[in-house]
Amino acid sequence: MAIYWASACGGCCVSVLDVHESLFTVTERADIIFWPIALDTKYADVKALPNGYIDVTLFNGAIRNSENEYMAMLLREKSKILVAYGSCAHMGGIPGLANFFNRKEIFERVYQTSESTVNPEKIRPQPSFQVPEGNLHLPVFFNDVKPLDKVVCVDYYLPGCPPQTERLIEVFLAITNGSELPGKKSVVGARDKTQCDECERKKTENKHIKKFYRPFEIQDDGETCFLEQGVICLGPATRAGCGVRCIKGNAPCRGCYGPSPDVTDPGAKMMSAIGTMIDSNDPEEISEIVEQVVDPAGTFYRFSLPGSILRRKII
Amino acid sequence: MQFQPTIVSFLCNWCSYTGADLAGTSRMKYAHNIRIIRVMCSGRVEPTFVLRAFKEGADGVLICGCHPGDCHYHEGNYKCLRRFHLLKKYIQQMGIHPDRLRLEWISASEGKQFAELADEMTEAMIKLGPAKINEVMQFA
Repeated sequence: MAIYWASACGGCCVSVLDVHESLFTVTERADIIFWPIALDTKYADVKALPNGYIDVTLFNGAIRNSENEYMAMLLREKSKILVAYGSCAHMGGIPGLANFFNRKEIFERVYQTSESTVNPEKIRPQPSFQVPEGNLHLPVFFNDVKPLDKVVCVDYYLPGCPPQTERLIEVFLAITNGSELPGKKSVVGARDKTQCDECERKKTENKHIKKFYRPFEIQDDGETCFLEQGVICLGPATRAGCGVRCIKGNAPCRGCYGPSPDVTDPGAKMMSAIGTMIDSNDPEEISEIVEQVVDPAGTFYRFSLPGSILRRKII
Repeated sequence: MQFQPTIVSFLCNWCSYTGADLAGTSRMKYAHNIRIIRVMCSGRVEPTFVLRAFKEGADGVLICGCHPGDCHYHEGNYKCLRRFHLLKKYIQQMGIHPDRLRLEWISASEGKQFAELADEMTEAMIKLGPAKINEVMQFA
């Protein structure tokens, strides 16, 4: 078994550690041979393995640079089953929000205009640089962030930011017990229903929204549906499986589990749903209500921009 | 040769499509750039349809429905109107010019208005130039 992080925050790797003592069950059944957060295996060691040697690779993180891409291809070659683990590998995740900018803008901000930067010589990272000792290399920074399946063929998706640990154990046991696995390309460790189906908050059939609130602008009563209170909650367009963790913690769903089955574009589906809830038939009033949604692209595509239909800003 | 935009238009079955049909049967001439897709109601037009049209190379998207209050399904066009406002804000954030998406009301008797709208929108798209959405996507 292998676990790798590409463009990720490390939370997915930590979520694997969150299995606590179940990790012994894991290591009883599988040797973890590559896991940068915990083991010191080198890329060259992975490269030296025969093709298809690794049974399961949990790949977390999006594809941001050539190193991520190289490792995705390498691990695909060496693994029997490649799992896109977590929102970033599944749909692009939070790093995918960088698709609102291009490489030039990101470099300008990070290496020039950010408040803590002093760079009068306008130095930018170079993919290769000659020094007396030899040629140094850095990964090439891509213009676009991509989810894993835009680079290599993915067998399963295990969504979540991070995936809930219980789901990981279920999936792991299913694989090692030799039970029948679902069809390739399917989403595992999540349900086919939406968040709303599992949410215990009080809801009525018809939701009417006259005014949108951002979560800090309103005193949540702790029991009424967030949407009915005017707070945008991505529950209607998001797959269940996390155990409605955020909502139980009195925070609206942000959509990390991705779209429910057969939905190609989660944000578009959510816009569609919100459209029916706005309680006005007057064009001007509708326009005013919609103005209160401060950042539709960032809100509806928080975890899924690179995996959506318009996967980046047109620059 | 002058740039010929592609405008995908979604027309509702009960008013706008009949309106466009009237323009046709009355032998009115209008820009051939409009590609009509008939839907049962403007409320059927999901944001996904519009985004996909842009992605597949549309330079503009036109949605037409019954006038407010006239919807065959009572309030489908209002739902469309609300989604339209949200969608317009979204496509602007994604770097698509807001004029590339339009929502207009065309009744079954407004063949002339439809023909004029088609010409007017084509003219506007020629001025804006190609959307180049697909090219940007491929480059990245």
